[in-house]
Order: sequence, then structure tokens, then C-alpha cells
Amino acid sequence: MGRYCIKRLLSAIPLLLVISFLIFMFIHLIPGDPARMVAGMDATEQQVQVVREQLGLDKPILTQYVDYMKGLFTGDLGDSIKNGATVADTIGSRFGATITLTFSSMIWAVIIGIGIGIVSAVKRGSPIDYLVMLIAISGISVPGFWLGLMLIQWFAVGLRLVPTQGLDTLSSYILPSITMGAGIMAILARFTRSSMLESLREDYVRTARAKGLNNFLVIMRHAFRNSLVEVVTVAGLQIGGLLSGSVLTETVFGIPGLGRLLVDSIEFRDYKVIQALLLFFSLEYIIINIIVDLLYGVLNPKIRYD
Amino acid sequence: MAEMNTPVNHQAEDTLPKPKSKAKEFIKKFLKRKTAVISLVFIIFLAIIAVIGPYITPYDAGTPDYMAILQGPSSAHVWGTDEFGRDVFSRLLAGTRLSLGVALSSVIIGTALGVILGVLAGYYGGLFDSIVMRCCDVLFAFPDILLAIAVVAIIGPGVINVMIAVAVFTVPSFARIMRSATLSVKGSLYVEVARSLGCKDRRILWVHIFPGTIQSMIVNFTMRVGTAILAAASLSFLGFGANVTEPDWGAMLSQSRNYLTTAPHLVLFPGLLIFLTVLAFNLLGDGLRDTLDPKLK
Amino acid sequence: MSEKLLEVKELRTEFKREKSWVTAVNDVSFSINKGEVLGLVGESGCGKSVTSLSIMRLLLDTSGKTTHGEVMFDGKDILKISEKEMRGIRGYKMAMIFQNPMSSLNPCIRVDKQLMEAILLHNKISKQEARQRAFNVLQSVGIPDPENTLRSYPHQLSGGMSQRVMIAMAMSCEPQLLIADEPTTALDVTIQAQILDLMLEIKEKRNTGILLITHDLGVVAEMCSRVIVMYAGRIVEEAPVKDLFANPVHPYTQGLIASVPKLGSNMTSLPSIPGSVPDLSVMPKGCKFAPRCKYAQSICHEKEPELTYVEGSTVQRCRCHLFHSKREEA
Repeated sequence: MGRYCIKRLLSAIPLLLVISFLIFMFIHLIPGDPARMVAGMDATEQQVQVVREQLGLDKPILTQYVDYMKGLFTGDLGDSIKNGATVADTIGSRFGATITLTFSSMIWAVIIGIGIGIVSAVKRGSPIDYLVMLIAISGISVPGFWLGLMLIQWFAVGLRLVPTQGLDTLSSYILPSITMGAGIMAILARFTRSSMLESLREDYVRTARAKGLNNFLVIMRHAFRNSLVEVVTVAGLQIGGLLSGSVLTETVFGIPGLGRLLVDSIEFRDYKVIQALLLFFSLEYIIINIIVDLLYGVLNPKIRYD
Repeated sequence: MAEMNTPVNHQAEDTLPKPKSKAKEFIKKFLKRKTAVISLVFIIFLAIIAVIGPYITPYDAGTPDYMAILQGPSSAHVWGTDEFGRDVFSRLLAGTRLSLGVALSSVIIGTALGVILGVLAGYYGGLFDSIVMRCCDVLFAFPDILLAIAVVAIIGPGVINVMIAVAVFTVPSFARIMRSATLSVKGSLYVEVARSLGCKDRRILWVHIFPGTIQSMIVNFTMRVGTAILAAASLSFLGFGANVTEPDWGAMLSQSRNYLTTAPHLVLFPGLLIFLTVLAFNLLGDGLRDTLDPKLK
Repeated sequence: MSEKLLEVKELRTEFKREKSWVTAVNDVSFSINKGEVLGLVGESGCGKSVTSLSIMRLLLDTSGKTTHGEVMFDGKDILKISEKEMRGIRGYKMAMIFQNPMSSLNPCIRVDKQLMEAILLHNKISKQEARQRAFNVLQSVGIPDPENTLRSYPHQLSGGMSQRVMIAMAMSCEPQLLIADEPTTALDVTIQAQILDLMLEIKEKRNTGILLITHDLGVVAEMCSRVIVMYAGRIVEEAPVKDLFANPVHPYTQGLIASVPKLGSNMTSLPSIPGSVPDLSVMPKGCKFAPRCKYAQSICHEKEPELTYVEGSTVQRCRCHLFHSKREEA
């Protein structure tokens, strides 16, 4: 098991190298001249040329890539074109907001989503089942940003229960978390339900009931324990999806996080920040995948790491 | 003995259901799913609006009326007016064509590409299969909206580009579905028989494999239209989509958030319309899936 | 020996099919004595499993329910007691093993936990004691290395081993009644014999009553003292095993016995019963077997016969209009 962990982590390195190269090439496809952005719109061609040399943009693209990778390994991600701060600092200062938001929305979405999924599978065909399915399909269909705006309108503007913008107090996390988690909650509820409907039909569930176990234990210890293997996989993949949710949610709630930073940087052609952010998102995604894989192995005894 | 069995056989024949055509059976089953039927009616209604919408608006969708800025719903303007005094209801009617059109055409493009790639990858396998599937993995690795933003970042904002961006993330889901469907049909006996009878590859592909996959494709297509509407609206909201002067549901929302406190109806109605439309496509997709293949549930 | 352990009276179980209810089991009455193996035979879909699940009350409310009858066990009608009280009986006084041992064990839980689960549930003992008991019971069902098996996951066991574990699980609380639903159908022939021997051994040692559900008449001949033959949800014949094979009365039983290959006979093909089991929703009006019966007469198509004692016998019952009138061979 320990060896498998190390093996998986090591195998992520070449993958990251490939991704970093792809992202690098990808960024250079973005139209617009970063040197001109830095120098300003009214700068002369000569001034722009100076800036270009300063940024190393005049070198062949492969040389630029090698320089970039060197910087990456020494922890130097370059400077933001927009405001001159280092990219590492720019990302670092915004990292906290996104990560807290991601976790707070993930936690409630996972608990509620799986919970109502189980209930609706157990109560299949009942009014509760229909209600849960209605909530779930609504959660998948609702535009996240609109839900956010409506929540602000009702709870922040109308009832004045929570702040409309920012992340200054604990209560200001509530609305963004709901906005961000709604879709995942819905997806998990639907998935858990269908997975549980299958598990509940299994022979070993009948065995468990034949032992005299009560319904709760039969459902949780026997049926859900087996569905969990699949549910964890889906939940893990959704964390990656949360990043896109963060772009919209942070825009709606005016939260200075990574998602908003990405949109701003694209608008400003701040290619170094975009590059670093995309790499960061890929890294996060790979790590989550490894964790999901390991969890899958822990939960599913048929998988052996040899 | 034979005489004794005769009356029983008659009885059995009477009670057996009469063989029906597949389409009739499908329609009968589908009509039982009320939510799906209502959704379909709503989608057809939207489609009609998309065609005739711009001609039936009570007000011109683009003409500002500075005497009636940011008015709430009233008898004159049922869903109120925006910051230029334009009638929200009229703009939504007129915008149906653009919003649905973008989503539909991007899904059609994405579906066509995905289906072709998936079927070819599944049928021929080998290196081509590996390349297509690895590319799909990479595309899948990025969340939908992030991918669309990235694509728009490269090719720039605008309606056509949003369409391309949404099409790009539609491709992998279709490619995967079609690949696995092709693999399963390919392994089935009737394709083996066709091949042993000397059928050409192309004929096997289109005559034998394609009809076998059409069901999962219809379902996925319906669901994907919903996702595409959401994605296009999100891009518009972030300012990467349609020009704000054009009537587009997402773009209308993008503008309206500045007036959230003073004119909440500007947020409510476009968003509600997007929500209901996506909901209708998802419910229709669910209904079709349950009707076409109950095993998938 | 002849103390009644379980008595089923006029059991009727119905299933929900789309919007209407269909009767899967009707008017089923029988009893099992302590230390007796009662065989329940019939084709698939004849209601054997439904009968056993009805007795255990393991049918899900949404799919099927017992609408009529009594099941007397331990001095009570267990169809009328609360679900909570029933849970105290299930796995403790009345246990069940199923057809497919591989899928009947939870793939995600180690064997020890699955075994201890029932032991801890019904006995007030510590975990260590429960584990020791699990070890002992595995040993008693002939598992060579119980400690190793306890630590295994089900997918690491063979089919025969899985069924031994299932039997161990069912026997772990020393139930008075064991219901075995096709316990050997999914197993290899050699393993089948071992499992059957094991069940007989358990019966001898603990005086357990066993309801053995099977479609295999060979198994019945080897194991059972009495046999019930079911067809289309009804008992069509009940007899001590010797009488049944020596003198089958119901045409269906005769057909069943005739379709078993015999050593030394020179038949080129086995006789089979023409037709198939009627669908539950389109049951024939009279005798359910009449459409396939070569002796059927007009009364058979109109009126369903009662289950009555065969002339001159106090142990053999049959559900047929014609059994008392001497039948001509067709």
C-alpha cells in the first residue's frame, strides 16, 4: 500500500511535465501581445521591444519553456504583468479564500447529497423520493451564478441576514457555499440513489436481513458500504468541477479567490498568472485523482496493490 | 391429446398482447411519463418562440426608452424594463433564438465530432483509439466551464467562439459513449455474422453499429443541450459571450447584476427562463432514458 | 421426534405487477417437525422461494406481501408479530441460506465481521467470545483453516467454501429451523455432495428442522423424509419420500420423476412435460396443471381441485380430480 502510494505519486511527475508543456504552448496561442500590455497602449514600438526583451519574449519558444521550467523548480514563477507582484504571491494571497470555499461547500454538499440520495432510494416511489429527485434535478439545472444572485437578493438584500459581498465574516461563507455546492449535492443525490437502488437488490442485503439486522444497519453497513465505492469516485471528480464553480461564484459574490483571478488574468492577458493557475489546477486535479484512487482501493477489497 | 390442448391454445392467444410496432410502443411508454411530456411541450413551445419570437414582441427588443428605465413588472411591461428602458419580456422572446441556437448548434457540432471520433476509435482500436481517448481524458480532466473559458481565452470572446468552446467540451462525452457502445455492439454476434458474410467496414459501421447506439445518443444529446445552455449562459455572464447589446439570456443576466438591489426583476426573469429551459431538457433526457433503456436507470 | 416446529396454514402471497396484484403462492399448508428434512420441489417460478421468503418475512413491502394465512412457529403466528420481534427470530431461531453463496456474502466485509454480526446481535457476549464462536462454527462446517478464512474477504473464497461460510453463518446461533433455498444449485457436483452431507450432519447433531428447497429430485431422495411438490403457487402433492418415488399420484409429479435419468435404462430420450409453467397474471381457471396434463378432462379446466388425502393413505395428499378414479394409461 505504502509502495503503491509512492508509485502513484512518482507517476504523476511525467504527467505534470507533459501538462506543463501543453499549458505553456496553449498560453502562447492566446492572441494579444503581453509586451504591449505591459508597456501600455500608447507606448512606442521601441518601448514595447525593450519590454519584450526584459520578459524574454524575444527568445525561441522552446528556450522560453526551459527558462520557465527552471523557474518552476526554483520556486520562481515570474512576476504578474498586471501589477508587478510575484506570481507566487498573487496566487498565494488568493489561495485561502478559494480553498475554504471549496471545502465548506464540498462538506455540506457531500453529506446532504449522499444523505438524501440514500433516503430516496430506500423510500423509492414515495413522495419523499419524488421531492428529492425534484430537488436533485433542479440543482443540476439551475445556473449557479443565478442561484447566487437570487440568494443575495433574498437573504442579503431582502432579509439582511448575511453580507452581500466578500468573505469578511463567518456568515458570509453561507451563501457562496450554497451556490457552489448545489450542483454537486444534486449530482451526488442522483448518483447515490441509483447506486443504492442497485445495492439494495443484491443478495447479500437479503442475507443481512435474514440475520435479523435492523433496517438501518442493513442499509448503511451492507447496502451503502458497497455503494460508497462508486460514490467516493464521483464525489472526488466533483472537487475538480468545483474549480469552475469557483470562477462563477467568486464573480457573483465579489470574492478575491483563484477563480476570479483566472478570469481577470485572461481579460488582462496576464499570461504568467494564467499559466501558473492552470498548472496549479492541474496539480490539484491530479492529487485529488490519486487520493480517490487510494480511497477506492481502501474501500474495495477486491483491489490489491502488488 | 391434441384435441385437448386446442382450446387452451386459443385461450393463450387471446390473452397475449398483440405485437405492436416499436415506435408506437415507444410513444405509448413515453406518454406515461408526465414530466417528460410536459418538458417536451415546453421545449417545442420554446422552439416556436425561437422561430417567430422577434416578430411577436410587444416592444422592439433593441429600442431604448429613457422614459421607462428600470421599471418593475406592470401591465405595460409584464416583466419590467432594463437600464435602457427596454422591455425585458420582449428581449427574452427575441433572445430565445440566439440562446437556444448557440446551445443547439454547439451540441450538434460537438456530437458530430464526438460520434465520428468515438465510433472510429471503438471500431478500429489501436493507436488511433489511444490517441483519441487520451485527448478525451485531458479534455475531461478540465471542468466544463474552465475548459470553455480556456478556449474562449485563446480564440477570443463572441457568439461563434462560445459555440466552438461549448462544442469542444461536448466532444469527449459523446466520443466515450460511442466508443464503448461500438465496442459492445462490435463484440455482439450479429456484427460477427455480418463481417463473416463479407460486409465492408463502412457498411458494418453504418448499418449495424450505428442503429445500436442511437438510443444512448439521443439521451445524451438531450442532456447535453441543457448543459450547453448553462455553459453558454455562464460564459456570457462572465463577459466572454454575446455582445451585451444583443438580446441573449446570459448576457442580460450579466448586465442585470449591477441593479440587483434596485431592480431584482432583471435578474429573476432571465435566470428563471434559463433554469426552466435547462430543467426541461434534463427532465426530457431522464424520461427518454427511462423509456428507451430502463436498465440505465 | 414428531414435535411440530413450523406449521404453515393456507399461506397466500401476492406480488405487485405494474398496477395489479398477482397471486404467486396460494393455499399452501404444511408443517415441519424437529429434526426433519422437508423437501420442497418444483420448477423455477412455481413459488418455492416465495414460500420460504414469506415464512422469513423477507419480502419487501413494495414488491410482495403475504395477504392470508398463518405461520405458527415457537407457539406464535409469526405473520402477526411486530417487525422488531421478527428480527429477534430471524437469524436466531430461524435461519436461511441462499442459492448463490458468492453473491450472498457482502463483498466489502471480511468473513469474521459478517459471521460475528449475527452472533453479537442475538447473544450478549463479548467480541472476543463472538470471534471464538465464529471460529468454532467455521470448524464445525469443515473449513480446514478457520483463522485464515475468518480474515478473508468473500472474493478470496471458492463457491463451496462460500456456501460453507453461509451455512456457518446460518448455524452460528443454533437455529431450530434452517431454510435452505437451492443451497447446492450453484455448486460443482462433488461440492454439492459435501454440502448436503454437512446439512444432514447438522440435522443429526442438533435436531434442526430443515426446509430444503430444490428442483433436483436426486437431492430430495438423498436428503428428505417428506416431500412437497409445488406447481404454479400451489401444493400439488405431499408424501413421504419413499411413497412419492414409489407411487407418485399427481400427473405433474409423475412427469417430474419420469424426466429424471435412471441408470441402466435404455431410453434414447428422456420424457418431458410439454408446455411451460403458466404466467402468474394469466392463470388457467381450473386446475393449474390442466393445460399441460395428458389426462385432463373438462372438469379439470373448470374447477380447481382440493388438496386431499389419497385413498388408503394417511400421509400422502394430492391435488387432482382424477387420482381416486382408476386412470387408464394413455
